[in-house]
This record gives sequence, C-alpha cells and structure tokens, in this order.
Amino acid sequence: MTNCFTHPALILIIGALILPFVRGPLRKPYLFLVPLLSLAAVAGNSSMSGQFGIYQFLDWQLVFGRVDRLSSIFALIMALMAVVGTLYALHVDNAKEHIAAWFYVAGSLGTIYSGDYLSLFLFWEMMAFSSTFLIWFRRGEKSLAAGYRYLLIHTIGGIILLAGIMLRYQAVGDIAFTLMDVKNPELYTWLIMLGFGLNAAVVPLHSWLPDAYSEASFNGSVFMCAFTTKTAVYTLARGFAGFDILILLGVIMALYGVIYAVMENDIRKLLAWSIVSQVGYMVAAVGIGTELAINGASAHAVAHILYKGLLFMGAGSVLYMTGKTKFTELGGLYRKMPATMIFTIIGCLSISAAPFFAAFASKGMIISAGYEVHVNWASWLLMFGATGTFIYNGLKLPYYLFFGKSNCTAETWEKAGDPPWNMQMAMATSAFLCIAVGSAPVVLYGLLPHPVSYNPYNGYLISETLQLLGFASVAFFLLRRYLEPEDKICLDMDWFYRKGGSLFLWIAKHPLQWFDTAWGEAYRVVGLGPLMVISRFWSWFDWHGIDGVVDGIARCVRAIGGRVRAVQSGQIQYTIYFSATFAALILIAYVLFQLS
Amino acid sequence: MNKLIEYLSERIRTVVWTCYGILALVMAHSLYVDKSHAHSWAEQYIPFFWSIFGFAAAAAIIGFARWYGHSGIMTRPDYYDRDAEEEPAAASHGATSTDHA
Repeated sequence: MTNCFTHPALILIIGALILPFVRGPLRKPYLFLVPLLSLAAVAGNSSMSGQFGIYQFLDWQLVFGRVDRLSSIFALIMALMAVVGTLYALHVDNAKEHIAAWFYVAGSLGTIYSGDYLSLFLFWEMMAFSSTFLIWFRRGEKSLAAGYRYLLIHTIGGIILLAGIMLRYQAVGDIAFTLMDVKNPELYTWLIMLGFGLNAAVVPLHSWLPDAYSEASFNGSVFMCAFTTKTAVYTLARGFAGFDILILLGVIMALYGVIYAVMENDIRKLLAWSIVSQVGYMVAAVGIGTELAINGASAHAVAHILYKGLLFMGAGSVLYMTGKTKFTELGGLYRKMPATMIFTIIGCLSISAAPFFAAFASKGMIISAGYEVHVNWASWLLMFGATGTFIYNGLKLPYYLFFGKSNCTAETWEKAGDPPWNMQMAMATSAFLCIAVGSAPVVLYGLLPHPVSYNPYNGYLISETLQLLGFASVAFFLLRRYLEPEDKICLDMDWFYRKGGSLFLWIAKHPLQWFDTAWGEAYRVVGLGPLMVISRFWSWFDWHGIDGVVDGIARCVRAIGGRVRAVQSGQIQYTIYFSATFAALILIAYVLFQLS
Repeated sequence: MNKLIEYLSERIRTVVWTCYGILALVMAHSLYVDKSHAHSWAEQYIPFFWSIFGFAAAAAIIGFARWYGHSGIMTRPDYYDRDAEEEPAAASHGATSTDHA
C-alpha cells in the first residue's frame, strides 16, 4: 500500500487523454489497465485517513483528497464499477465513448474525495457534461433530444447548487464541505440540498433519469446507472444526514418508482424507474441519519451499484443483440440468451433482497434503522415498496423478457443470442459480487462508515423475507393478466417541460407570429407614411442644402481650375514667364510693404 | 439450461404444487420461529403476518398501477412525437446506429 494519496480521477483523466493515441492490439489491454490502476489508487487511499491534495486558490482552500471511511467505501465501489463497465464495453472501438465514460467516473470520484464546495462543483459539472455524451453516442434523434433535456435539467441543478454554495460562503465565510446544521436550515441549505437532490432523482425532480437512461447507448447506461445518483447519495450523506424531510422524500421516491416500473413496457426504462425507487431507500436512510441508517445507505449504494449494473448489462445485452427493449417486442428469450438470463435473474434476486443476494442485508439495515428511531410509518412503507420491487423486477422483468409469450419478430429472434465474451465476463463478475456481498455481508461491513452489529441471518428475518416473496409471487401469478405489458408510454413530470417546450413553440408560431405581423402592418400604415414625408424632407434638404454648398464649392473650384488651365499652354517658356511674373509681384509687394 | 426449463414447463402442474408445498412449509415455520426480532405487535401476534402482508401489498400495487395507468397516465408511444411529425425529419423508432443489431 502506498503512503501517498493518489487521485484516481487524475489517472482516469490522463488515461482518457492518451487513449486516442493507443491503437491496435494495445487498445484493449490499455482500456482494462487504466480503470484497474484507478481502482488500485482508491484501494491504496483507503488505508489512509485525513485531508490530502490541499491547494490555496485566492482566498479559498481547495481539498481534493478528503479520505475517511464514508468517502472510501463510495470511491471503492465507483472505481470497481469503472473496471466492470469498461470490461463490458471493451469491444467498443469508438475511443470517444470510453473517454466520456472515464471523465464521468473521474467526475464522480473527484466529487467523492472533495473536501470543499468549489472543487466539488467542478467535478459535479464534469459528471453532468461527460455523461450527456453517453446518451448522445447512441446517435438517434430521440437520444439527441433526451441528451439535451438531460443537460438542460442538470445545468439548472448546477446553477441551484452554485447559488446555494455562494449564499453559504457569504453567510459562513468558508467553502468547506461538511455536515450542515440541518436542525436550523437556511435558504442556502435548501438550495444545496435541492442541487444534490436533483442528481439523486428526488421526486419531483426525477424525470430526467428514466428519460435519459432509457435512451443512452447500451454501454453508456451501464455507467450512468451507477454514478450520478449514488454520488448524490454520498453528498447527501456527507452534508445532510439527519435532515428529516429526506425521510419523506425517500419514501415517496421508493413508492413512486415502484408504481411506474410496474406500468412500464421498456425494460431499460423499468430499470431506470427502479433506480428512483432504490435510491429512495438510501435518501430515506440519510434522512434517518443514525449510524445504522448511514451504514444502511452506504451498504445499499454498494449493493445497488452491483445489481443495477448487472441488470443494465443484461438489458444492454438484449438491446445490443436484438435492437429491441420493449416487452411487447421481446419474450421467450431463455432459449436464445441463456447466460444473459441467468445473470439477469441473479440481479433480479439481488434487488428483491432475497436471502444470500446483494440487497438482503442493506435493505434490512435501512428498514431496521427506521424502526430503531420509531419512524415506523417509513419502515412499513419501505417494506410495502420492497414487495413492489419484487413484483416488477423479481417477477415481471424475467417473466416477460425470458419466459412467457414470445413477441419477437422472425428477424429479432434470429438476431437474439448471448453477447460477446467480454460482456458476459462483466456480467459474471457482477453476478459473483452480488452473491458474495449477499452471502457474506461481513466483507461489506468491514468497509462501512460505522461499526456494525446488524445480523440479517436470523430465523425471523429469513422467515419474513420468504413469506413476503412467496406470497407476492402468488399474487403476481394470480393477477398477472393485469400486468400484461402494453405498447404505451407513461406520462410523468417531464410532461410539464416537454409540453411546456411545445407550448413555447406554439406561442412563438401562433400568437407571437400574429402579433409580429400585426405590428408590421400597423407600422406600415401608421409609421411608414410620416416616415416617408420626413425622409423626403431630408432628401430635399440634402439635395438643395448640403449638396448645394458642396456642389457650389465644387463649381467654384472647377471654374478656377478652368481659368488656371487656360493659362497653361504646356510650353515651358510660358510657365517660366507666369512663374517669374508671379514671383516679381510678390517681391514688389514685399519691398513696398517694407518701405511703408 | 434450456432442457431443464422445457422439462419443468412440461410438468408445470407439478412445479406449481411443489411451490405451494414450499409455501406451506414456510408458513408453518413462521409459527415456530423466534419472534424477538419483530418490530411490532402485529408481527408478533397475527399468524402468517408477512404472508398476508406480502400478498396484500402485491395485490394493492398491481391494482393501483393498473387503475393509475388506465386513468390516462399510459398513452400511445408517439405521444411526444406528434409535434416532431409535422416537421419533415420526424423522429424514427427502433434501433439506432450504434446498437449492434
């Protein structure tokens, strides 16, 4: 282990800048090496504690390396996901896609290690801008539009965050990124929380997430599902632990995401809604704010990145191989994509918090933390939401994608198959980690911010989970005709700004255009006549006044010139004669003047 | 794997009854399990509490999503494309250039 702080973001940024020059057989090893070095740097940093990379900039102290247990666990899972995500996209030739992904990860790691708001904001915006390209690289008109909406929303979020940071600096006088006084919130507290909350997809600021993640490239969405929201959860845990309002917002997210995911027809949009729901658990845990809750939020972030990455890789494999993402165009794929099916089902069991799979311990921690501080309503509703998670992700997704009726066309069926080796390898790695974290949560406990005494493997919790999952399955199979996917989209909060945009265009095309035409006509009738009279006067004045003076001078000069020309015969002797006469006249005049 | 799935599909009735049997065992186990970890009175004293909760919660979520979706929230896929369709270059559907297939 190194004793020197190495910033993993720097490795990724330098690696990304060199990448275009690394071609041929060296490209793939290089692609794998750079995120691996970044992971090694994070692992090295984790053995340290304190503040590193401190620079004085004007009046401010910038801290690029605040290392403690909270930053270390988030940085570790982000760096690990960068390795798995790059492995998944190893066969992608377009260097720009890898560059965008690495800058995105660098932004996330930079934010996590930032100890001040200025460097945090810098990395925060780096994340927003680089991730936009992961949407645009899918190169469809819908992706282009979704990318612009994503960028617009995150720019607004960035401005809100910056406003909060500036107000806080004015009030407090420093830019250190520490725990806020959440019991006495000021305007800047709300603004900064709003900025972080937008990236965490807090309802109603969440619509960018399903909109963008379902339109990103097949590999771009694997990166996007991990970094933006979980980095935001880290910032909330760092700055807003114990802020009560987050409990309510988290519970709303957990339930809202469930309902939309149950209705959804697009598999990647379903998974995106699932992120809203699962991040809700983390946000609620941050709101609870106790040691168990923060441990739960951190553990759930780790588990979530593992299983959600795996699920997006499964969905990405289906998209990559078939070009389709809708249940109504897929189905029965177990025959053609058996490996993808197994990996996806492991992800489904993990998100459902089944025993021995990733989220079993972490979700239990959050719910127990709620009971511990007597926020029972929140824990009950989160349990209710957990049942919904199993319905849409544990049952609906695998059933309608891999089993059930096949809606594939002959062409889709022909194309379907397990993806290239590197994509399967990435899924296998994530699946292994999902089972490892679920079966031996002690490994994860060792990394959590606070000491852990929570043990999910007792008879009661296992009985509770098996009953919950078992009878939710019974309800699913009895009522599944009501869940039959339909080729429809679900209207959400983005309706307001998408239709708002259309309304703006309509206003520009109709009332504003009419007003412009009417104004032009009025100007022509009322304004143009007098203007023509005035113009004619000035024309007359110009012709007779100004031109008269100018032309008079010109005529005078021309007349003098004519006279002068008359005395010029072109013969040298006449010229000498006139010159001598003129000189003699001047001389005589001078003498007479001197004599007088 | 495919053969196993097809083998089970052909014997779906047996699979379903086996699942019901497992559920019955889980319910029976819940009567004897140590409930000192329970958080509420209901968990401790209502038999098969989590079985009832799981079924009721799933049914409520499915029912609510169905009602909510069909109350106007679910709409045609080209809902947002209508304005774009007026333009010559209307948005296209399906796979795009970087999708493999």
